[in-house]
Amino acid sequence: MTSLATLFYKEVLRFYKVILQTVMAPIITALLYLLIFSHVLSEHVQVYPGVSYTAFLIPGLVMMSVLQNAFANSSSSLIQSKVTDNIVFVLLPPIAYWEFFLAYVAAAMVRGMVVGAGVFLVAMWFTEVPLQHPLWAFAFAFFGSAILGILGVIAGIWANQFDQLAGFQNFIIVPLTFLSGVFYSIHSLPEFWQTVSHFNPFFYMIDGFRYGFFGVSDVSPSVSLGVVLACGLVLSLATLQLLKSGYKLRY
Amino acid sequence: MTPAIEFCGVHKQFGTLEALKGVDLRVEPGEFFGLLGPNGAGKSTLIHVLAGLVRASSGTAKVMGHDVRSDYRAARRSLGMVPQELVYDPFFTVRETLQIQSGYYGVRGNAAWIDELLVGLDLVSKADTYTRMLSGGMKRRVLVAQALVHKPPVIVLDEPTAGVDVELRQNLWQFIRRLNAEGHTIMLTTHYLEEAEMLCSRIAMLKQGRIVALDTKQNLLNLITDKYVRLKLSAGALPPSLVARARPMEGDCFVLPLTDYTELEGMLRELRESGAVIEEVELIKPDLEEVFVQVMHRH
Repeated sequence: MTSLATLFYKEVLRFYKVILQTVMAPIITALLYLLIFSHVLSEHVQVYPGVSYTAFLIPGLVMMSVLQNAFANSSSSLIQSKVTDNIVFVLLPPIAYWEFFLAYVAAAMVRGMVVGAGVFLVAMWFTEVPLQHPLWAFAFAFFGSAILGILGVIAGIWANQFDQLAGFQNFIIVPLTFLSGVFYSIHSLPEFWQTVSHFNPFFYMIDGFRYGFFGVSDVSPSVSLGVVLACGLVLSLATLQLLKSGYKLRY
Repeated sequence: MTPAIEFCGVHKQFGTLEALKGVDLRVEPGEFFGLLGPNGAGKSTLIHVLAGLVRASSGTAKVMGHDVRSDYRAARRSLGMVPQELVYDPFFTVRETLQIQSGYYGVRGNAAWIDELLVGLDLVSKADTYTRMLSGGMKRRVLVAQALVHKPPVIVLDEPTAGVDVELRQNLWQFIRRLNAEGHTIMLTTHYLEEAEMLCSRIAMLKQGRIVALDTKQNLLNLITDKYVRLKLSAGALPPSLVARARPMEGDCFVLPLTDYTELEGMLRELRESGAVIEEVELIKPDLEEVFVQVMHRH
């Protein structure tokens, strides 16, 4: 287990060494969203009765930060290592493919949740947000960051250059996050788009996470957790198979 | 005795390119072994198969008796590899790099050995410097330290002195020789044939994915029986009997073949008697480079 623990430690140390870029910058970005959207829309929108738009927005922004940063951590670490060839440092030692998987995903979860916690703590200055079911909120942050960490591993291994990774991020991850209900409840969408949203797994992560705060959600949190766990399981098995086969790592 | 390194019928196909065409090779524990060949011969592919970076299309590779696929953990623990490329992780200092690499191999509490490596490779003053700030030579030393951090019995060096200055090259070989004397098996690939000749006890030559020569260094050198003497005269000329034997001149030097070194005495006497004055004499022994060129042309 020393190999796994060391790889996890190295991945955490890697983002800690550039904390300004990996933690502080995304917190500032999320706060800018909060400032602008809450200022523009707080007088016009009330998604749930008795919940201000600013308060509604905060869990969405927290979860968006968790997801995007979890993805960024594993994907950028892997692509950098591949492009600079220092990936050999983890391929030469006796690290099992499942240890490789767990270390990269766990470190991605840590970064995602640290950034999410940072956004939440700072956002608390703007408005009071209830945290009615903290365990539900934690469960969605935990499994949501794991899923994005896994997607980051897939993208990092698949991409041969930074441009391909940027494509994966900008054309898949960002749209799925933005269209998952970060800024709105899907009940405010036309029926067609409500149906489409139900095929977006990110929607269940954010909706379930928001339930942890307000005790209200578009879908039952148990259903959302079921969807999230099923996605996590499928992606884990696929990624483990990918790593075992040595795809784009061992030729 | 279990061989330190063993390849049995190793083939590797990259698309339409057959990089390795059935390599069989056995390196005994404690050997200093040289793997030579022109660019594209398959040296790095073969080494990468051993390190698990490349998977053989067929055949097996073992390190200290451990199969690199089915018993990969034991195989990788037994192997330290210095890659050809000058790679580094810019996020970490030299000491952090070595501590992390140590942990990857499951070695805890390795501070004393890391300190010894830093001293042995003259890296003490750079221990807390970020690897990205180091010169090329220093980065190469860190790579060597990384390969040795788990004290592997088998060390593979893939062109470790490419682009390295003379002083570092000598320090590096001194250090590697010490490790070999302590019982580590060394496998080396290099384009500097004089290095292989100086260090290796046994040598394999690879061409287009096949081993075309495999023997002790001495036996390989004995393949070439030709000996020459190179002469520079300050006065007089070669007597006609020697002119007939001479090979084309090299600059202002005459080159004369010898069947045996005992011929030299008679040759010098002939020169003296003809009135020629010798300014320089140099005996040209067969070297590995010549053997290499001949072997490569023959196959």
